[in-house]
Amino acid sequence: MSARATRIVAAAALWLVALALRGPLEADPLTHVLVQLTMLGAAGWALAPLVALGRGDWNRGGWACLILAIAAMAIWMLPRSIDAALADPRWEAAKFVTLPFLVGLPLGLGWARAHPLLRAVLRAQCLSMLGVLAFLYTHAPLRLCNAYLVEDQQRLGLGFLALALALAAGWALPLFRASAVPSPRHKERLA
Amino acid sequence: MHPALASLALALAGVGALGAASDGFAALTTESARRLTAARDRPAMLRVTLETMDGTPEALPAPGQATVVEFIYTTCPEICQVAGSEMAQLRDRIAAAPLAGRVRLISLSFDPERDTPEQMARYGGWHGAGGWHWTVARPAPDDLPGLLAAYGVTVIPDRMGGYAHNTALHVVDRAGRLVAILDTDDLAGAEAALARALK
Repeated sequence: MSARATRIVAAAALWLVALALRGPLEADPLTHVLVQLTMLGAAGWALAPLVALGRGDWNRGGWACLILAIAAMAIWMLPRSIDAALADPRWEAAKFVTLPFLVGLPLGLGWARAHPLLRAVLRAQCLSMLGVLAFLYTHAPLRLCNAYLVEDQQRLGLGFLALALALAAGWALPLFRASAVPSPRHKERLA
Repeated sequence: MHPALASLALALAGVGALGAASDGFAALTTESARRLTAARDRPAMLRVTLETMDGTPEALPAPGQATVVEFIYTTCPEICQVAGSEMAQLRDRIAAAPLAGRVRLISLSFDPERDTPEQMARYGGWHGAGGWHWTVARPAPDDLPGLLAAYGVTVIPDRMGGYAHNTALHVVDRAGRLVAILDTDDLAGAEAALARALK
């Protein structure tokens, strides 16, 4: 199978599994947010290298696409959007369209052209945001979603924390490789 | 298009969409959104006939009076019992002038299967709901989904045989419009909303 076909099949599979397992995934906020929403975003991300649209000058540096992805992500971070997806079929349909095409896809199109410095800032921002969410969801005395119990909300908070730790480890560990570390200055001076 | 211009356009569109999805950044949760909607839009509420703890029919919203509606289920171990005692305090407040006789308090069961008139009378007895200012009532099962949707109440199983729900005081004016949603312990706020609704 060509690389192109592999990407299309992977995206379709992620999208269809997220749809087919709607019931069980959405019954728990932890799997709704961290598994289903991630799968839908990943479906769009997988398609990014196949889309020529992102190669135009308008997306130089990836800024435009990253801004679009972050704005769409912010809307899906509102607790009321999650409630709405459960209560209103129009919001549920919008979830299955916007997460692949307005979050995952532009994130991929922007990331591919983003300067390493911008990527580093976004990674740091992502970790701190997950930390804030983890604190909020484990400590909020009230339910943030009317559709979920407070103990499930707290488990989601711990899920945000676990994700932050896993991403931090995954992003930091490669930096310990010898080839990833710039040579110390004093050696240059000695040479 | 210049990349800075494209970024600016998308940033503006993004902020606009986020503002639209959050009522101008005022409501990030469903609960704050429905409270904002009540205060701003005053939506007309469904008119139904309830069955009270005395077995009598009861019009909701109350004709010619302001109504305070609180959704409960009587077998609730915690929050509905607290809500019941707070409702009793509210009853004491509205029994006095200037609201006396102008306000109907209704603890409305969303569990009409289990909450028979006898069971509702027991809950009323625990909290001193005498039926005059304040009664406990249940809807016909067919009316329940429409009532929950109109008032914006979400009921979910709590995995212990009971329910979790967004508990609040819903103030309905004499024209049958939902005009305020308040925390169950916000008695001063409820009194003020009733005074406004009856003006």
